[in-house]
Formats: sequence, C-alpha cells, structure tokens
Amino acid sequence: MIDLDTTDRQLLRELSRDATQSASALGRKLGLSQPATWRRVKRLRDAGVIRGQRLDLDAEKLGFGVTVFLGIKLATKGRVSLDDFERAVSAIPEVQTVEHILGLYDYRLRVVARDISDFERILRRRLMMLPGVGDIEANVLLSEERRPGPIG
Amino acid sequence: MLDDTDRRILRHYQHDPSLSAADLADRASVTTATCARRLERMQANGVIRGNYAVIDWHALGYEVEVSLRVTLDKTQPRAFEEFTEKAKIIPEVVEIQSFLGRVDLRLSVIARDMQHYQQLYRSAILTLPHIADIEALMHVARLKSDEILPL
Repeated sequence: MIDLDTTDRQLLRELSRDATQSASALGRKLGLSQPATWRRVKRLRDAGVIRGQRLDLDAEKLGFGVTVFLGIKLATKGRVSLDDFERAVSAIPEVQTVEHILGLYDYRLRVVARDISDFERILRRRLMMLPGVGDIEANVLLSEERRPGPIG
Repeated sequence: MLDDTDRRILRHYQHDPSLSAADLADRASVTTATCARRLERMQANGVIRGNYAVIDWHALGYEVEVSLRVTLDKTQPRAFEEFTEKAKIIPEVVEIQSFLGRVDLRLSVIARDMQHYQQLYRSAILTLPHIADIEALMHVARLKSDEILPL
C-alpha cells in the first residue's frame, strides 16, 4: 500500500474531477513544477491508485433513457459454472457493470436501455436466457451522485 | 442531434478516455480539427459531462466495499432530502443512488476492514435520519466496470 501526502491527495482530488488537466496546469494549481507533478501522477498510476479514466457521458442525451439495476440470484448453484454466467453476462453490450456480491443476491448488474420496452426486450431475450439465472429484482435508477470519497 | 461521426468519436473515446486529441482523431478517421470541433460541441451541449480518473480504493487500503440498500420511512415528507443531505457528509460514502422499485436508495460505502466498517455502520450510517430498513450486500469482485454505452 502506498502512502499519500497532502499534495498527492490534492492531485487525486483534481484528477478524479477532471483527468484531462495537463501536468503543468495541475502544477500551477498546487504550486508544483511540471516535472514534479508529472512524477507524482506517474507514481499514483504505477501504484494502481488511479485505476483508469472514465468518460462521463449523458446517457439520456445519447438516447438511453433508462438505467436499471438488477439483482440476480443464480438458481442452480453448483451445477452451473459461475465462469459461464460471468462470461455470458459481461458480453451483453447493454450491461455496463457486473459485480459479484454476497448477500441477498449473487450478482448486481447495471443495464442501460433506450426505454422501458427496450429494457423488457433485453430482460427477456438476453438476461433471462443466461445460464443458471433464478430470481431477478429490478430497480429503475432515478438519480445518482458520485462522491469524492475519503481523500480530503 | 448527433451524427455517425460524433458516435464514432465517442465510441473510441469511451474505450480509451486517455487518448490524445490527435490519436483519437486518427482512430475515428477524422481530421484533428474536425475531432476537436465535434468534442467541443458535445461538451458544450452536455453530451460529454467530463473525463475523470477512477480511484482504486483497494490500492489505498480500503479492503471492504458494501452496498447498503435503504428503505426510507415514507410517512416523513422530507425523508429523502434529509437522508441524502446527511449521507453526503460521510466521506466513506462514495456513491448515492435513488431508485424506483423495492429499494429507495443505495449507498456505496468503503472501509479499511470489517472493524472499520462496523464502526462506520454504527456511528455514521445508523444515525442517518428516516431509515425504515437497511440491507447490506458485500462486494466480492468487479467483473465489468467500464460503464461503456453501446453506441
């Protein structure tokens, strides 16, 4: 695990807000030279603290009016291989995230669709056809907010 | 509003948001000037909201991630607002989502270990207002997390 000082934390905060800022622009904000900033960002990337970058798109403006979170319980544990299920579900383009969880459900999926009838199509033709699927619970996303997390 | 060129640019940009303007233009087979103009327009009209770094909390020593599914006491007219307002103050809450369905809200909470989680749960989460019921789901693994839109 890597130790972060105040400057690293400030850098992380800046980058998790806008990752397109150049090292010199970031340096100016934090009072660092451009090479020093670059070295710190590289260290954060190398240590895996920055896992990657994400483009934040307005799904609705791109025609995806509905986001649904599904809780899926596998019906036949032991008989169906988890690998098969995971591979098949990850290959569905409308499935944005797949998380293996412990508790009421086995998997949590984030699914985007153009509208409710498009969602119904994805649910019936794709998700309910997956190997081993049992109970499915659906919750339609109304709003979401990502928080910066404990890097104050 | 968007044409095929815009979609093509977004497709490539989504798969690698760290691409430079020149590389992105190259992959989407447009000139750098066209690419820059299109991106600028999509930023201006809010199609592109941002481009941010994703932090791996595991690498910072946060080993535990829990999804808390919260049902609120609907007899309280301002339950939703008051709950989310307070939940936002907890630094370990990294995501707040609201739903139409069996669950009202979901909080993503990270903690260093189970002991830290238990302490957070008791001192911060359970003191949030208007909770009728909470269910906890523990994260085991993330198998797909790119959140790419099928454009």
